[in-house]
Amino acid sequence: MIADTGGGPADVPAGDGSEPLLRLRGVSKNFGPVRALSDVDLDVPAGQVTALAGDNGAGKSVLIKCISGIHAPDGGQMWWDGRPVHVRTPRDAAALGIATVYQDLALCDNLDIVQNMFLGRERVHGISLNEESMETSAKETLASLRVTTVRSIRQPVASLSGGQRQSVAIAKAVLWNSKLVIMDEPTAALGVAQTGMVLELVRRLADQGYAVLVVSHNMNDVFDVADRIAVLHLGRMVAVRPVAQLDRQIVVDLMTTGASTRSAPGEGARE
Amino acid sequence: MAKVDEPAAAPEVEPAEGSQVDAAIPAELVSHSVGEYLHASWARIKGGETGVLPVVGGLLLVSILFQALNSHFLTAGNLVNLLVQAAVFSLLAMGEVFALLLGEIDLSIGFVSGLGGVVMAELAKPTVGWPWWAAIAIALLMTAAIGVLQGTLITRIGLPSFVVTLAGLLFWQGVMLKILGDGGSILIQSSIINDIAGGNLSRVAGWVVMLVIVGLFAAFTWRRDARRRDAGLVAPPPPLTLAKIVGVLAFGVAIVLLCNADRGILEPVYGVPWVVLLVFGVLALWTFVLGRTRYGRYVYAIGGNAEAARRAGVNLARIRTIAFMLTSFTAGIAGVVYASRLQSISTALDGGTLVLYAVAAAVIGGTSLFGGRGKPLHGVLGGIVIAAIDNGMGLLGFSAASKYMVTALVLLAAVTIDALARRNRPAGT
Repeated sequence: MIADTGGGPADVPAGDGSEPLLRLRGVSKNFGPVRALSDVDLDVPAGQVTALAGDNGAGKSVLIKCISGIHAPDGGQMWWDGRPVHVRTPRDAAALGIATVYQDLALCDNLDIVQNMFLGRERVHGISLNEESMETSAKETLASLRVTTVRSIRQPVASLSGGQRQSVAIAKAVLWNSKLVIMDEPTAALGVAQTGMVLELVRRLADQGYAVLVVSHNMNDVFDVADRIAVLHLGRMVAVRPVAQLDRQIVVDLMTTGASTRSAPGEGARE
Repeated sequence: MAKVDEPAAAPEVEPAEGSQVDAAIPAELVSHSVGEYLHASWARIKGGETGVLPVVGGLLLVSILFQALNSHFLTAGNLVNLLVQAAVFSLLAMGEVFALLLGEIDLSIGFVSGLGGVVMAELAKPTVGWPWWAAIAIALLMTAAIGVLQGTLITRIGLPSFVVTLAGLLFWQGVMLKILGDGGSILIQSSIINDIAGGNLSRVAGWVVMLVIVGLFAAFTWRRDARRRDAGLVAPPPPLTLAKIVGVLAFGVAIVLLCNADRGILEPVYGVPWVVLLVFGVLALWTFVLGRTRYGRYVYAIGGNAEAARRAGVNLARIRTIAFMLTSFTAGIAGVVYASRLQSISTALDGGTLVLYAVAAAVIGGTSLFGGRGKPLHGVLGGIVIAAIDNGMGLLGFSAASKYMVTALVLLAAVTIDALARRNRPAGT
């Protein structure tokens, strides 16, 4: 259906006036007898960073793989822009505008930044590559994300620092009219300065209107960058709250035990 | 959110990085004048991005050495002869570059090329009587089909290329010997086939062809740089573009002058050999395919990170199979040239040595054995180095035994230079 940006809620689940870009209800996934996700509800609104936290084995990876089409969920429903959708393959996800940046980044070290950003979707002029057009677009995208530390977008990715590589992978993801960018542990392998650079970029994506879903178990990063935090515990979504209603200790409690008895800093200001 | 809206991004805190980055960027993309270009090029070389410099330097060194030992080495006649000798090595090496770029290897191309030569010679025999072009076309189609077969085994069943093409080395040698039979050799009587490696262009034709090629190169280069400037992208300044074109023109003039000198002993022989043009044509074609098409981009991507290419939607099996096809096809061209040069083909063809020379030539030229890095030009230059050693040592009266040993040392020297240069280079490039 045509996106109704007038503000009024569309036909399906009535929200509070603004439909989240992505809405999951009752999503579950089994691997044989193992219940990896059970009845997960999650909203990912545009223009905000949603952090997905959880201990190892909580189902974070399974959940993002369900969203990005690598796993097909066994149950539950997914709405995209208010419209029910079924994402069965990564191609379906890409067609909707869901881009995923995995931890290994999937960059070719021997190719330059432009070549990596357009890999698999090169623009051609007859049979020869249209390098000028690709380079111009890549430059614009990087400039819009203010990725300015690279000296030339024609340098091979191997010569970039970890943070720059992450930035290129993110830029690659948003180059394709994506609306939702999912990132798996974007700062896991980075030093302090590099982490700061990547988190700024994550923030900037949300400020530019992208929906961002970041998987992380680094509390500092989560509280630095997120607007909302979703906590998974043993395959169940135990909390999805604005960051103001949480603190580190509560999130750690939720991650480890699935519940917290502490009172939050913004208690009483619930949605 | 204000907390991250600081305008200045956190500076990269990696002190060792500056020089590496300078080295990683093509010099012409960071320079605005010829002086800056030279400066940037030097920074690249120091940073380990030596390009074809070691092989060109090696070639100069070998030439000076042989010339000092035998003044016949640098005569027009011998140099042109060397180019013709190098043709088979260069063609095979260009084929091998496709396999090497994927991080694979093709050990069968020596005998695949031999088989191509045999099939062509067999079909063109007066008793069979096919026209020369049909004989060549069938031979090339057959070698391409062999490549598809081997490539399919490697990519669809997932067998290692080393083993599949090793089996190919044995099998196609057997097929070749079977066809040649007891006689052991086939004479080629078609003068056109023999002219591929033996014939020359007329002096005027040599000039015309050279000027046309340089003209095309000039138009192409100028237009590309102009387009980049128009698009507001970093582009070499016009004097630099012009300097490149003049350099290529000077090189073309030198080659034609060299080839047009009379190199005959009993009767006058002159002109650019057809085979030089053929090698150049194949070089131009494969350079275009690898450097300017989607297909070529995917070959490099698979060599660099196959998983990334797969996730980007690249059909790995198809790209790989086509690469093995192109490898075998190019070997077929080499086989035609080989047979044409000897004006016959016999069981004496040593495909084992040929393929090792092909791999050595590609590596000497600068192609990596680990995939993702290399160019067809590397194969051509490496082929010329190997031919120069062969030729020069032949002039000095050394036996085949010594030639093998010296070639081995040059190969080791080439990979050593590359390994040492690589220490200064960011990993993976």
